[in-house]
Amino acid sequence: MITPGSYVPTEYLPILLMMLFSIVFAGGVILLGSIVRLRRPYKEKLLIYESGNPPVGEPRERFSIKFYIIAMLFVVFDVEAVFLYPWALTFDTIGLYALVEMLLFIVILLVGYVYAWKKEAFKW
Amino acid sequence: MIIDGTTSLVEVEEGIRVIPGANTIVASVDKLVNWGRKSSIWPMTFGLACCAIEMMSTGASHYDLDRFGVVFRGSPRQSDAIIIAGTLTKKMASVVRMVYDQMPEPRYVIAMGSCACSGGIYNTYSTVQGVDSVLPVDVFIPGCPPRPEALLDGLIKLQELISKEHFKWSRWR
Amino acid sequence: MLAQEIADILQKQFSSEVLRTVQFRDQVTVLVKKKRIVEILSFLHDSPDLFFDYLIDLSGVDYLDRKEHRFEVAYNLLSVKHNHHIRINAVVPEDDCNIDSVTGIWAGADWHERECYDLFGIKFTGHHDLRRVLMPEDWEGHPLRKDYPLKSDLGEKEWKGYTDVVAAAERNRIYEVH
Repeated sequence: MITPGSYVPTEYLPILLMMLFSIVFAGGVILLGSIVRLRRPYKEKLLIYESGNPPVGEPRERFSIKFYIIAMLFVVFDVEAVFLYPWALTFDTIGLYALVEMLLFIVILLVGYVYAWKKEAFKW
Repeated sequence: MIIDGTTSLVEVEEGIRVIPGANTIVASVDKLVNWGRKSSIWPMTFGLACCAIEMMSTGASHYDLDRFGVVFRGSPRQSDAIIIAGTLTKKMASVVRMVYDQMPEPRYVIAMGSCACSGGIYNTYSTVQGVDSVLPVDVFIPGCPPRPEALLDGLIKLQELISKEHFKWSRWR
Repeated sequence: MLAQEIADILQKQFSSEVLRTVQFRDQVTVLVKKKRIVEILSFLHDSPDLFFDYLIDLSGVDYLDRKEHRFEVAYNLLSVKHNHHIRINAVVPEDDCNIDSVTGIWAGADWHERECYDLFGIKFTGHHDLRRVLMPEDWEGHPLRKDYPLKSDLGEKEWKGYTDVVAAAERNRIYEVH
């Protein structure tokens, strides 16, 4: 009988060791390099690289909002697609009830899709 | 095979010794660092004029540069060396200097072609007479343009220069 | 149409402006005064049997030993439709060193005129943006004139942008790792 705290997944121990080793190794090599390395900064070396010309313009300009909107819509409809997968696998055991329910689900999301379309969310 | 105090190391090359039978090489850190650096020189291309065409053909498949570990990088921040291939004009001199300044150490300069070495046939009001007025040059490759074999020879000379370095990698030199 | 015939048409139309016509093998050059140059070139561009729609090149010439008309601006024209060439040279004196711009007729004359201004100092009135195109913007002097020094070492008159770079290179030499 499994009691809380009695099951220890020992099969996954090598993965944990591998993660720890890679973090320690990569971090250690970079740390060692930064301790031992030459450091000679001077003003011209620290300038921003712009193909040899003096830099113009702001480095961090604002992004356009359309990227965020497209990403949000993608996430929503991707989650909808995720819901479709188990539904498709168990469809033949449930039958008509499942079809109607899923159609209702899709229609609700379709209303949202048409709203986004009309509000020019897809306009690039 | 027992390795104890009486096993003698075999000198393979100058400064590099081998423990026979144990697959171990004993050498100084200098040799290791120099070997790593010379076998992967990543130049920043600075093709200005006709020598750039010869540099491109050296990098192409017939006179392959990739077998020397040479991968052309587009940014000075990621490169070891800079190959100035072509005529440097006075208008371009500030650009070359700024690009060279933005390279991290260790950095090497190869002046390729007669115009980069000394101004070439252009002793005119607009041409810099030799890139070493604005940059410290390590290898000069004359020629108009130098053949790909000449560029490879210059690169090998740079490799020999790097392999002779001594304790240049450390902060406490 | 032969080039000599075009030169004759031009002579008949603008007899007060044409100074002389020079022929060398198949090439005909018509030397004109600079005052009505836009009118002459518009006539060549618009007239239906001449129809010079392609300005091949616009460049300056410096005749240092001529005192009164030192510069000439050479317009090389081609008609793609009729396949004939002509060259028009407009004389420009040194003390009144400007000429009307032809960018209204051929838009491609834009940078050619900027180059001519940059290297000879001939100003083009009516050009929308006359500044140096090959030399750096704050360069002094007009390099392609025949009395401009040729060699690289300009001494005192060296361009400040270049001497700054050499001085900065000298200053940053202490950061070199050897």
